[in-house]
Amino acid sequence: MNTSLSWIKAYVPELDVTAQEYMDAMTLSGSKVEGYEKLDEDLEKIVIGQIKKIEKHPDADKLVVCQVDVGTGEDVQIVTGAPNVKEGQKVPVVLDGGRVAGGHDGKKTPGGIKIKKGKLRGVVSNGMMCSIEELGSNRDMYPKAPEEGIYIFEDDAVIGESAVKALGLDDVVFEYEITSNRVDCFGVIGLAREAAATFGKEFKPPVVAETGNNENVNDYIKVTVEDTELCPRYCARVVKNIKIAPSPEWMQRRLASQGIRPINNIVDITNYVMEEYGQPMHAYDLDTIACREIIVRRASQDETFVTLDGQERKMDESVLMICDGEKAVGIAGIMGGENSMITDSVQTMLFEAACFDGTNIRLSSKKIGLRTDASGKFEKGLDPNNAIDAINRACQLIEELGAGEVVGGVADVYGKVKEGRRIPFDPEKVNQLLGTQISKETMLGYFKKIDLDYDYEKDEVIVPSWRQDLECLADLAEEAARFYGYDNIPTTLPTGEATTGKLSFKLRVEEVARNVAEYCGFSQGMNYSFESPKVFDKLLIPEDSGLRKTVVISNPLGEDFSIMRTISLNGMLTSLSANYNRRNKNVRLYELGNIYLPKQVPVTELPEERMQFTLGMYGEGDFYTMKGVMEEFFDKAGLSGKEIYDPNSGKPFLHPGRQADVIYDGKTIGYLGELHPQVADNYSIKDRVYVAVIDMPEIVALASFERKYEGIAKFPAVTRDISMVMKKNILAGEVEKIFDAKGGKYLESYELFDIYEGAQIKSGYKSLAYSLTFRAKDKTLEEADYMPAMEKILKALEELGIELRK
Amino acid sequence: MKAKLEQMKAEAVREIQNSDGLAKLNEVRVAFLGKKGQLTTLLKGMKDVLPEERPIVGQLVNETRESIESLIEETKAKLEAAERDLRLKQEVIDVTLPAKKNRVGHRHPNTIALEEVENIFVGMGYEVVEGPEVEYDYYNFEALNIPANHPAKDEQDTFYINEEIVLRTQTSPVQVREMEKGKLPIRMIAPGRVFRSDEVDATHSPSFHQIEGLVVDKHITFADLKGTLAEFAKQLFGEDTKVKFRPHHFPFTEPSAEVDVTCFKCRGKGCRFCKGSGWIEILGCGMVHPRVLKMSGIDPEEYSGFAFGVGLERITLLKYEIDDMRLLYENDDRFLKQF
Repeated sequence: MNTSLSWIKAYVPELDVTAQEYMDAMTLSGSKVEGYEKLDEDLEKIVIGQIKKIEKHPDADKLVVCQVDVGTGEDVQIVTGAPNVKEGQKVPVVLDGGRVAGGHDGKKTPGGIKIKKGKLRGVVSNGMMCSIEELGSNRDMYPKAPEEGIYIFEDDAVIGESAVKALGLDDVVFEYEITSNRVDCFGVIGLAREAAATFGKEFKPPVVAETGNNENVNDYIKVTVEDTELCPRYCARVVKNIKIAPSPEWMQRRLASQGIRPINNIVDITNYVMEEYGQPMHAYDLDTIACREIIVRRASQDETFVTLDGQERKMDESVLMICDGEKAVGIAGIMGGENSMITDSVQTMLFEAACFDGTNIRLSSKKIGLRTDASGKFEKGLDPNNAIDAINRACQLIEELGAGEVVGGVADVYGKVKEGRRIPFDPEKVNQLLGTQISKETMLGYFKKIDLDYDYEKDEVIVPSWRQDLECLADLAEEAARFYGYDNIPTTLPTGEATTGKLSFKLRVEEVARNVAEYCGFSQGMNYSFESPKVFDKLLIPEDSGLRKTVVISNPLGEDFSIMRTISLNGMLTSLSANYNRRNKNVRLYELGNIYLPKQVPVTELPEERMQFTLGMYGEGDFYTMKGVMEEFFDKAGLSGKEIYDPNSGKPFLHPGRQADVIYDGKTIGYLGELHPQVADNYSIKDRVYVAVIDMPEIVALASFERKYEGIAKFPAVTRDISMVMKKNILAGEVEKIFDAKGGKYLESYELFDIYEGAQIKSGYKSLAYSLTFRAKDKTLEEADYMPAMEKILKALEELGIELRK
Repeated sequence: MKAKLEQMKAEAVREIQNSDGLAKLNEVRVAFLGKKGQLTTLLKGMKDVLPEERPIVGQLVNETRESIESLIEETKAKLEAAERDLRLKQEVIDVTLPAKKNRVGHRHPNTIALEEVENIFVGMGYEVVEGPEVEYDYYNFEALNIPANHPAKDEQDTFYINEEIVLRTQTSPVQVREMEKGKLPIRMIAPGRVFRSDEVDATHSPSFHQIEGLVVDKHITFADLKGTLAEFAKQLFGEDTKVKFRPHHFPFTEPSAEVDVTCFKCRGKGCRFCKGSGWIEILGCGMVHPRVLKMSGIDPEEYSGFAFGVGLERITLLKYEIDDMRLLYENDDRFLKQF
């Protein structure tokens, strides 16, 4: 929404503010001004001058030398190449030292162009006569301006006066961000009312006089509204003997300041009133209306209709149509029909100002795929009481401008009359909500300024029908607050019962994950929650995998963002790939983000959101590095038991011989492995990639931050090293399982210190060497204390076919 | 005997003084004081000394031993010091050679900013809670006073799963879920991921983060909201930060406001960053709409509350002067390393 300051001033005549003051104050009272454009920002020393004499330039065929009276008593000599100058014309003249906004071509120069006196082909020129483009505007806005050459004023222009003023360029255009609840502020009158209230000036809206001849509109037209839900009000008036002509300059300029191109008096009046009242109107050529009858009804299924832009459009039963006795003549609130549109030869026209159901217009407009200025206004839900004012205002302008003869009376179909809402008033409660002490009188004073009445007897505030947004006391509190000034409301802190600030346990565990990952050299990445269904193929996930059952977005930004991820790896690998391809070395990333597992497909309830702690790296480090990071996390999260690594994890996207599920307490809590080379290839990474995924809900269930001091061992430990030879396929985990099972109460720890395969060992075998540490809490161990455990271990090893290395 | 002792002592002193290292000194010590050393040998001559002179000679022997010993100790200390000095001289290193760092990873700037915000509110007694990212339409809209067909639903460009389930467009539904629990008073913030169907560009992302705040208690006022957010802004952006509340409209709060803070780049003078205004818009807020309280089972006659919503990325981008939102989701190591 834009308005010019001059248009606002038309209804708030005492308003005297700078553009910046207006912007700041209006913003603080709730009509946010996003910015403004001073039309005369780069216009300086430009007056109306009259060309007294034109002579040929002695040295240039295309130039002439003009003597121009600029009201100073002494004519100014100006050399020009403009083709349209004639003696006696009144033109805009920029004097020596002045500025214009841009060139003939309509391109504006930031800061303007300075005009200095000088010589043109040897002849002194003391200024410049201007085209409308040089004045920073264009022919759309000033249709009277010549296509090429200097702007020519009417004869009544006063020599020596400001040309900028005469052209209405001494104005500021404000751009507002109006919130959707303030339907009234989508019209100049609504904004002027706010401006008057904001600056404490009197608000003088246009006075709509009675219009019309002695005839009766009902003799011209009959209106029937079949669906009063979708069309609460329909007002029609008739204008005959139409004289199409340009609208007056003041109207053209106001429209121009809103960015609306002047066309002719009838169209301009319609647009003018739409801007002024926020009420769209439509004009039909009455001679095209069959049976002189308007019927407002729903379209039939698949009804087609040609709108005035020449497009054929298809309707369904939810779309409201304006029809005559035989056919449709317009889509209600969206666009009129080609069959009934006004042409330059129109004799008699039917003016329509109606109120349609906002939601229906919005949905219809979406369905048909046609959004217009009118539909944009209607879909906000207009005030039916505004329609009659607007149509009468339009007819008044028609009479004033001599654009036609208005027929007496209004065909007004208005079902349930919309009354102003009444809100019980309780100033004390308003103060309680705001934390203020504003007196009742002050509040009522604020309300009065915006036309909210007060019923002293019933103690109720009466809200005019254009303020449909005001429904309850909290709304009145906002009205009081914004005129009291948000700035003037005190600043306090909530009192009352103290509460403990804290993070949820889940968030604390996540913090541990972040800390461990970062200590281990991993940086945090973030990835989107939605991705492409092609991801599964990239990850070699089989067609029948449950991972392919996803939460699907019905209106995605494209296929690449169409499903909610069920596995976190794609984001990680995409990030690693981007890094790899940018030649970043030794990259380590982690992510904490959800996967979304549907409980059923298609989805009927919320999916399960599972936080995944995903780690990925290439460059330095290997499988065991990654394993170390995981264990560091498990340890810090307080998982005191031992994780089991099961190589039969069956992840198709991982190296078949280098992957494991991590099992804790019988539950799979994550997995890790080297990326399958095929998958690495799919992500264009030509390096070994290691990944780990930890299922955080499992960790949160197992985690604990409770710690108890266990004392520091006082007695010496006994260490026994054993070196074993075994078949290659026996896992270290199996050996350690024996230590755990048979080690007895004194076995404190064990550590692998050598692993060997090669010449000294028969092929197909390997050697593992462990150091076992025994210790008692209460004594120094004797051989007899730990030897039984050693023997049990050796025996169990033997049963697995493991020999001690001699 | 006495003369022999004197002579030996003189010899020992000379030898000690001539020792050019600890090893040599030790040889000297052994030669004079050792089991087979000169002193021991001399002592064998004690039997030839007259008994009445023995105490005197004995004392003399002891004195000689002590004086040699102390000289040796003294010399030893000197030699050790000299040797240490020599070693230190040889051990000079080039301190400007590169450091051996333990490679530590970097936290995402969004997380760093979020943690700052969380710390501020936890300090003020707020609990940090979460809610689902895939959410019922009811919680995301209806319970927030945005009924079906409300234009605000279009404005927010919602991603739909089906008619009832959406990707949440805001963290506000967590307010409702928290209020429905029925435990009062409430002081919470709810950070989290939200989604809107905006195409990716330098200032838009279809997925970003918000931090919702909610306080519900008896006698909560708009003044409390102002005070709380002013405190928050000071802690986050510096003690001299001012806040400006502008009236605005949100369906789920009334009165509502948008909040600007002093531009932290120019401190209010006006710069390219704040487009010359000296202010930067950072959040929306208001008093919880009585209808929202009622729908969540809280009596608006007895309780009131305020709510606010902060765009996390907005804070991150402003705070770290990041000029392109896409950087936050590319996870380029060279970007992440800067935080």
